[in-house]
Amino acid sequence: MTIDTLTPHPAAQRTRDARRSWWSDVRLVLVRELRPVVREPFSVVFGLVQPLVFLALFGPLLVGSVGSGLPAADVWLWFVPSVLVMTTLFGTSTTGSNLQDEMSAGSHERMLVTPLSRSSQIVGRSLKEIVPLVAQALLVVLVMLPFGLRPDPVGVVVGLALLAVLGVGLGAFSYALAIAVRSQEWMFWAVQQTVLFPLMILSGLLLPLETGPRWMQVASTVNPLRWVVDAERALFAGDLTATAVLWGFLAAGATAAVGLVVGVQAILRSTD
Amino acid sequence: MIRTRGLTKDFVVSRTQTVHAVRGVDLDVAPGELVAVLGPNGAGKTTTMRMLTTLVRPTAGTATVAGVDVLADPAAVRCRIGYVGQGNGAGRFQHVVDELVVHGRIHGLSARTARARADELLDALDLAGLAHRKVESLSGGQRRRVDVALGLVHGPGLLFLDEPSTGLDPHTRANLWAHVRRLRAEHDMTIVLTTHYLDEADTVAERVVVVDHGRIIADDTADALKRELAGDRLVLAAARASQAPALAELVGRLPGAREVDLDGVHVTARVADAPGAAAQVVQAAATTGVDVTEVRTERPTLDDVFLALTGRSLREPATTTDDEAAAAAGQDAA
Repeated sequence: MTIDTLTPHPAAQRTRDARRSWWSDVRLVLVRELRPVVREPFSVVFGLVQPLVFLALFGPLLVGSVGSGLPAADVWLWFVPSVLVMTTLFGTSTTGSNLQDEMSAGSHERMLVTPLSRSSQIVGRSLKEIVPLVAQALLVVLVMLPFGLRPDPVGVVVGLALLAVLGVGLGAFSYALAIAVRSQEWMFWAVQQTVLFPLMILSGLLLPLETGPRWMQVASTVNPLRWVVDAERALFAGDLTATAVLWGFLAAGATAAVGLVVGVQAILRSTD
Repeated sequence: MIRTRGLTKDFVVSRTQTVHAVRGVDLDVAPGELVAVLGPNGAGKTTTMRMLTTLVRPTAGTATVAGVDVLADPAAVRCRIGYVGQGNGAGRFQHVVDELVVHGRIHGLSARTARARADELLDALDLAGLAHRKVESLSGGQRRRVDVALGLVHGPGLLFLDEPSTGLDPHTRANLWAHVRRLRAEHDMTIVLTTHYLDEADTVAERVVVVDHGRIIADDTADALKRELAGDRLVLAAARASQAPALAELVGRLPGAREVDLDGVHVTARVADAPGAAAQVVQAAATTGVDVTEVRTERPTLDDVFLALTGRSLREPATTTDDEAAAAAGQDAA
């Protein structure tokens, strides 16, 4: 042991009051959050199980029902974007449970006693969601190519960007929820599950809303996910200039903006 | 280093219930001191520490920590302090060295300096062989040392330790305190710790602040508190029960004797100097024909101090802890 060699580091003394830029704080949080994901990408691969199961089991049902008479490639262009949005929804809406884990263990509290700005801790965490969701989406697209999926390449790239924006928003909402219900952890899953399925069904992810009752069609108009799903389908089909794409980005952008504001407010109020 | 005046924290649990966790605490800690805040669960010691470390906003009062007002500039306070909370500060999926480097970077060190500092601390806390281990794979004692390393990574002049040894076995506790004492001796750090381990407050701290129901009820060195508030305990036994009342009378005549109690052949009392008092009583008993068969003296503990102050033992659980109240109110640190 070398206790005698330990000295208060001059650099530490000098920079004690150093305030980095807010973006530097975000970057530090982002890199810290990404490190375990990059080191052990198994969680990303494991997250592919659900979308692949849907594609394998639900896809053929679609071909036989709504897609009857259509070539398989067209059905995949309709359904694969759906699965990508669903993967984003499931992956990012549950990420607050990681924060719950850190709140229980104490590492979140430790971060709150550092010079990191509170807002950067939510923004950095939310931005981290982009990496696993884009990686998973790319893998799903690649896996589906041998089965006849032929998306527009530019549309896929823009579609992934759209998913990233949506994922940041949903992740921020999930963190906000985790903080809001921190004294009753079970509430996290109760709220998440309660919100998740109506959002999913009212987005037209699994079945077209056009065949549903009028009230569902009306309700879906206030569901940002519905606009993102429509945009993804247009992008995969190569219709990059469709109005649906614009609405999709507006919906995802609004989700991200509101999610981040709510998330930052949650972390700021948590120490009042 | 720390100055609080009227520091207060109320947790609103419901419309009809407010928990007064901390009630107007005035506390001064000078640079270089090692102060233990001692109290039963629910006394308000953790809430006080959370206010001083900016984790919780005070309801009223003022607090200056390392020269900075915690309400006016909490971010500057966080730059100047080290903190080891009750939980594990390192993320469980992170590698030990990565956490140390990240925390160094958070405190403004360059990547290279942060790495060098991490290596220093790993050596100092006997963690060098664990640098690339995932935190969740460490034992409780190893995680605690990582937590201490995280608290020291930026060389703070003031370190807060919130029940740092809770849950550790006696050997690991002793080992942790050996590390902390050596590091403090090296750097003349000011340390404020909370604990409910009496022996820890007694042996580690130079000054003990006793807290109960959100208020400071005593503040001095452990020896002074024991001497002034508790006193030594004297236990004597008469040969026969019939002689015990006479023995109790002799004990009662001792200067400063209090809490004289008679139980069968046994007589107990609190006195300032038990060995001297025992000699006096035995001598007096011999001249009055009382046979004394047992003489025992006991040094007081901090629990005796708390008993003398409150009429309760420190080991008695409180009805509601401040943390429980905070959690119930949804106002604990997120």
